[in-house]
Amino acid sequence: MAQLNMVQAINQALADEMARDDRVVLLGEDVGRDGGVFRVTEGLQDRFGAERVLDTPLCESAIMGAAIGMAAYGLRPVPEIQFMGFTYSAFEQLFAHAARLRSRSRGRYSCPLVVRTPYGGGIKAPELHEESTEAIFCHIPGLKVVVPSGPYSAKGLLLAALRDPDPVLFLEPTRLYRMLKEEVPEVDYQLELGKARVARKGSAVTVVAWGSMLERVLKSVDGYDAEVIDLLTLNPLDLETLLSSVRKTGRAVIVHEAIKTCGLGAEIAATLAEEAMLHLRAPILRVTAPDVPVPLAKLIDQYLPGPDRIRAALDEVLKY
Amino acid sequence: MPEEVLATFQVKRVSVLNENGSADLALMPELSADQIWRMYQLMVLSRCFDERAVSLQREGRLGTYPPIRGQEAAQVGSASALKAEDWVFPSFREMGAHLTLGYPIPQLLQYWAGDERAQKTPPQLNIFPFCVAVGSQIPHAVGAALAARYRRDSAAVAVYFGDGATSKGDFHEAMNMAGVYQLPIVFICQNNQWAISVPLKGQTASASLAQKALAYGFEGVQVDGNDVLAVYRATNQALEKARSGGGPTFLECLTYRMADHTTADDAGRYRSDEEVALWNGRDPILRLERFLAASGAWTPEQGRGVKEEATALIDRGVREMEAVPPPAPAELFDGALETLTPRQAGQRKGR
Repeated sequence: MAQLNMVQAINQALADEMARDDRVVLLGEDVGRDGGVFRVTEGLQDRFGAERVLDTPLCESAIMGAAIGMAAYGLRPVPEIQFMGFTYSAFEQLFAHAARLRSRSRGRYSCPLVVRTPYGGGIKAPELHEESTEAIFCHIPGLKVVVPSGPYSAKGLLLAALRDPDPVLFLEPTRLYRMLKEEVPEVDYQLELGKARVARKGSAVTVVAWGSMLERVLKSVDGYDAEVIDLLTLNPLDLETLLSSVRKTGRAVIVHEAIKTCGLGAEIAATLAEEAMLHLRAPILRVTAPDVPVPLAKLIDQYLPGPDRIRAALDEVLKY
Repeated sequence: MPEEVLATFQVKRVSVLNENGSADLALMPELSADQIWRMYQLMVLSRCFDERAVSLQREGRLGTYPPIRGQEAAQVGSASALKAEDWVFPSFREMGAHLTLGYPIPQLLQYWAGDERAQKTPPQLNIFPFCVAVGSQIPHAVGAALAARYRRDSAAVAVYFGDGATSKGDFHEAMNMAGVYQLPIVFICQNNQWAISVPLKGQTASASLAQKALAYGFEGVQVDGNDVLAVYRATNQALEKARSGGGPTFLECLTYRMADHTTADDAGRYRSDEEVALWNGRDPILRLERFLAASGAWTPEQGRGVKEEATALIDRGVREMEAVPPPAPAELFDGALETLTPRQAGQRKGR
C-alpha cells in the first residue's frame, strides 16, 4: 500500500473513477492543462483528454450551472470551484437548482454531480481563499456535504460521492492537502456517506470535529479520556454515532473552524439537547472561530481554534 | 501609430410577414399549408389556454399565473422548429412552447394550480422544469449542449428567456461559455419589452439585444417576434447550424407582453393604454389570419371552428386537471433525494 498525501489520494480517486465510468467529466478554472491551482487534477487532462477535463472560462455560476445541465443529461460532472470563497458566485445554482432539481421535476431529472472545492484556513492565502462556511451549505435540503480529514477518508469518500445519485459538495481541507500522509489502498473502496467515524475511543467526553480541526483535536486530547468523532459527512449528520457516544460519555464539545453563530455546532448541540438531554452531565460547549470574517495570515492563529482553547473546553465540561 | 478599426458589425432583422399579413416570398420558410395551419391552431390554442388560465386564477382555481398573450408567434414558431430529441429549457412564460411540443394541457394547468407533480415532464419530451429565477436556466442549457456534444448526439438545445434575463450575470456567463466552446445551442430571447415595470430602455443601453451575441463570438439576429413564419425560419436555421457543428445562435424575438406580468400585477400602473393599443393592433394571431385569408385559406367561419376546437381541448384539460386527487402529505418528500436522509425519513412519518 502506498503512502499518499490528500492531493494524491483525491487525484487517484478521480482517475480511477474516470477510467471506470466515461460519464465522469471534470470542469473548472485551471483544472486541465495546469492540473488545478493545488495540482489535484494534475495529469488527468493528458490521460483523459480535453473533453473530459475541461478548462472553463472564469465563471463560477456557469461552471455550476453547466454541470447541472450535464448531470441532467446523463453525465456525472465534477465541477471544481477554485476556492470555497468563490462558491458564493455559484450559490444560486447550487441552492435553487442542483439541490432541488430532483424534487422540482419529481424525479424526472436528477443531478448527480460532485462539487469539489478547497476550504479552510491556515495557508497564508489572500482574502476569500480560507473560508469555512460549510453550515450555509448544510442548510440546503437536497445537497450532501462531505469533508474528509485525511488521505484515506478523502479517497473513500470521494469514490462514494462520485457514485451518489444526488449532488454532493466535497470540501477539501486545504491545510491538510500535503500535511498528512497515510496508507491509501490502490483498490477501489468507498466510505459510506452519512457515516461518522470514531477516531479515538474514550469515555469521559465526546469531542466532535471534522476536516482540518480533527488533526488539531487529536493532538489536543492527549491525557484526556476523550472520545473523538470525525464527522466526515456534515449533511446528513450521523446522529446514531453522535448520540451513542454522548449517551455514553455524558459530555460533548464541538470544535469547528467556522464562526460560532449558526455554525454547524449549533445544529449538533440542539440535536444533542433534543435527543440526549437526560444523559448529559455538563453543558454542551462549542470551540469555534469568533464571529468575524476570516482574517489574513497575521491573525489567523488567533482566529482558528487552537489546542489551548480545545483543552480549556475539555477542562470546563469535566468539572461537572 | 495610426488607429485601426478592429471590428465593425451589422445586426440583421428578419421578418416574413408585414403587419397586413403580406409575405416576402423570398424569405418564406419551407412549410406546407398543413404545417402553417397547424401553427395557427397552436397559436389559437395558446391564446385560449392563456385566457382560461387567467379566468381560472380570478376564480381562485389557479394560483398566480404569468400570461403569454401577445407572445404566441414567438413561442409556437420557435417550438415548431424543435425535434422531440432536442432539449428545451424554458423560463416561466413559455406555455405556448409547451403546448406546441405536446406537453399535456391538464399537467400545465396543474402546475399553475400549485401542484409540483406537474413538473414531471413526460418521458418522450426533454423539457426542463419551469425556471422562476430569471436567467438562471441559461447555464443549464449550455451544460446540456456540452453533454450532447460529448455524447456525439444529434440533439440541439434551445433555451428560452426574456429581455430582463439579458441583464443577469448568468446570461453573460452562459453566452460566453457557449461561444468559447461553440456549442449546439439556440438562445431564444423573447423581448416582450417589459420586465414587470421596467421597460427595455431600463434594461440596456444597447440598440438591440441581438447585437450582444457578437461580443461572445457568434451570430445574433433580431426577428419579428409577432411573425410566426419569421420566428420559425430563424429558429430552424439556427437549429440546423447547431446540429451541423456551426455553433450557437442568439435570436431576439421582438414581441410585446400584451397582458400584465402576472395575475398579481397591474400593468396600468406603469405603461400607457396607447402603447398597449398599438401592440394590440400587431396581434400575432391576427397577422397570420390576414396572411391565410389573402390566399383564401382562412375565413371567419374557419377561425371560429379553430377556436371552438381549442376551447374544447382546454375544457377537457381543466376537467382532467381538477379531477387529479390532491397530493398526500408524504408527497412533500418525493424527490427530495433518491434515498431520504434519516431525519427526512423520520419527518415523513411525522416525527
